[in-house]
Amino acid sequence: MNSGSAGLKLTALGGLMIFLFIVSLVSGSVPIPLSGVFDALAGTDNEFSEIILVFRLPKALTCVLAGASLATSGLLMQTLFRNPLAGPDVFGLSSGAGLLVGVLIMTSQLTGILFFGSPWTMAIAAGTGAALVFLVVILISRFVTDNTSLLIIGLMIGATASSLLSVIQYISHAEDLQTFMIWGLGSVGGTSWNEITVLAAVIVTGTVISLLLTKSLNGMLLGDNYAKSLGINLERSRLFILIATCIMTGTVTAFCGPVAFVGLAVPHLVRMAVPTTNHKVMIPAVVIGGAGLLLLCDLLAQLPGTTQLLPLNAVTSMIGAPVVIWLIIKNKRLRI
Amino acid sequence: MTQASSIFHATNITVGYRTDRRETILFNDITLNMAPGQLVCLMGPNGAGKSTLIRSLASLQPLLGGMLSHRHEKHVAVVLTDRVNSPHMTVEELISFGRYPYVDWKVSLSEKDLAVIKEVIARVHIEYLATRKLYELSDGQLQMAMIARALAQDTPVLMLDEPTAHLDLNNRLEIMNLLRQLTRESGKAILVSTHELDLALQTADVVWLAAQEKITQGIPEDLVLNGSFDEVFKFKGFDLKSGRVQHSVFRSMSIQLEGTGPEYLWTKNALERSGFNVGPGGTTTVRVRDLKWQVENESFSTLQEVLKVLSQ
Repeated sequence: MNSGSAGLKLTALGGLMIFLFIVSLVSGSVPIPLSGVFDALAGTDNEFSEIILVFRLPKALTCVLAGASLATSGLLMQTLFRNPLAGPDVFGLSSGAGLLVGVLIMTSQLTGILFFGSPWTMAIAAGTGAALVFLVVILISRFVTDNTSLLIIGLMIGATASSLLSVIQYISHAEDLQTFMIWGLGSVGGTSWNEITVLAAVIVTGTVISLLLTKSLNGMLLGDNYAKSLGINLERSRLFILIATCIMTGTVTAFCGPVAFVGLAVPHLVRMAVPTTNHKVMIPAVVIGGAGLLLLCDLLAQLPGTTQLLPLNAVTSMIGAPVVIWLIIKNKRLRI
Repeated sequence: MTQASSIFHATNITVGYRTDRRETILFNDITLNMAPGQLVCLMGPNGAGKSTLIRSLASLQPLLGGMLSHRHEKHVAVVLTDRVNSPHMTVEELISFGRYPYVDWKVSLSEKDLAVIKEVIARVHIEYLATRKLYELSDGQLQMAMIARALAQDTPVLMLDEPTAHLDLNNRLEIMNLLRQLTRESGKAILVSTHELDLALQTADVVWLAAQEKITQGIPEDLVLNGSFDEVFKFKGFDLKSGRVQHSVFRSMSIQLEGTGPEYLWTKNALERSGFNVGPGGTTTVRVRDLKWQVENESFSTLQEVLKVLSQ
């Protein structure tokens, strides 16, 4: 594909994402006219200012940042493991992040020290949790080269982390348990501006690292030996992929819960519009695609005309799972 | 061969695998040399470690000892047996990977890079494949694309691991001819590991025979005549010096064959394969001329009929 048509398609994807962003500001339990939205955003005080600035804008921004982070993580992992079914949730990174957040919450109960004064602490803890799981998966992938086995091992590591998490939940106080349950359902509402700043900083860092890795990521598509023969430093590239993936997945998991399927599905969905393997195009495409998909999921979670909110994970799974099944049937096998 | 004409050499290298617990040595203390414009065929029985040797020479896996003269992506390009599992990639994209040692992190291909890509596509005669996706290619076409990718790397040395495996005769010939032309025209040194004894004997300038942790080097004819091939491959019923499969005589009838050219050769082949002793002074005379066979006074139009009559 030439770069001209890729650019055009990226622009179209971006347009769609912006449209969804605006729709998510307009719609909700209280419909707000477009002019009202723009007035509020421009700083003109009106009756909608609070709804927009305190609720809808943070939520929409969280969707954009979290979706972009998860999708980029998914792409990086699929390329690293050359496994089309890899993703931050599939390989247990989200569970690992959740586990450390859980440990931190429990420790703060026992010691009385409040660790959650700063969203940074939470992000670092979750990132570390994700990194621990990722390291274990990478370590195992040295011995298990076959994709299916690695995938199953990833799932098992995730299950182990989840079970440890449930042990923590079981022994924690009732009020914390509820927080935990809600966290586990996934949510893009309720992020503070502080947390959004952290998310933004992390996604920018993660995306910049990914873009700098373009050449290595492309090279990895040919397999380790060919990549090495082209002078690509695999060890260093793997380390940076690990860093980028873990800070992005970790932070999103800390603030929004373990959001499922976005990381796995977006690279495949995006490739339907932009059929390429070149990461120079794929990275911006999944950033936009991930943002768009999570915005859409959040819109669907808000049952139209009601105040009822569906759990985010229920919606992402409802969209993600059939998409993956359909892709497998259509393509016989997924492509990375 | 002097060191001056060398374009790649490995000095006293030991090749194999080392884990914490044990060391597996495949080649011990060998010294190899490649000259510009030379086609080297690496041959040896299965499991001798041909692929490992190629990976080691290309610096894709660490040596257990010794030194390589060059270990740089601008000096050595490889075609491996590893499958490229990106069916969505186009042939052009695949070939552009060859330019990676020359481009920055943004992977922006310069005018020169694009010119090189175009040139190698033309060189390998796959213009018609350029925009195809990898999953649309046959094994032979994919192998040509992989070779083009290695050529795009613009290196003086090329190493190919079993490039003709799983291909039909035409593709095998095409690839070996291409490699040979490349050594002649561009002065590249090319190392090919292969199982194809016949192709190797006819195209290689030098053969490296791998066996028992050592490499026997020489021009193919020398290695045939001094018995090195027999020693390494331990041929079962194949006489390399005559280039024939050995047939045992299991019929009492001996045949005197009269004729010329290919007709004579193939008739002899058919008779010997069927267990007849063919030679002067045979008890039965077979004449072949213009695709007609005469056995004593009977005439036949196919060899099959001849064999049928003689076997009775």
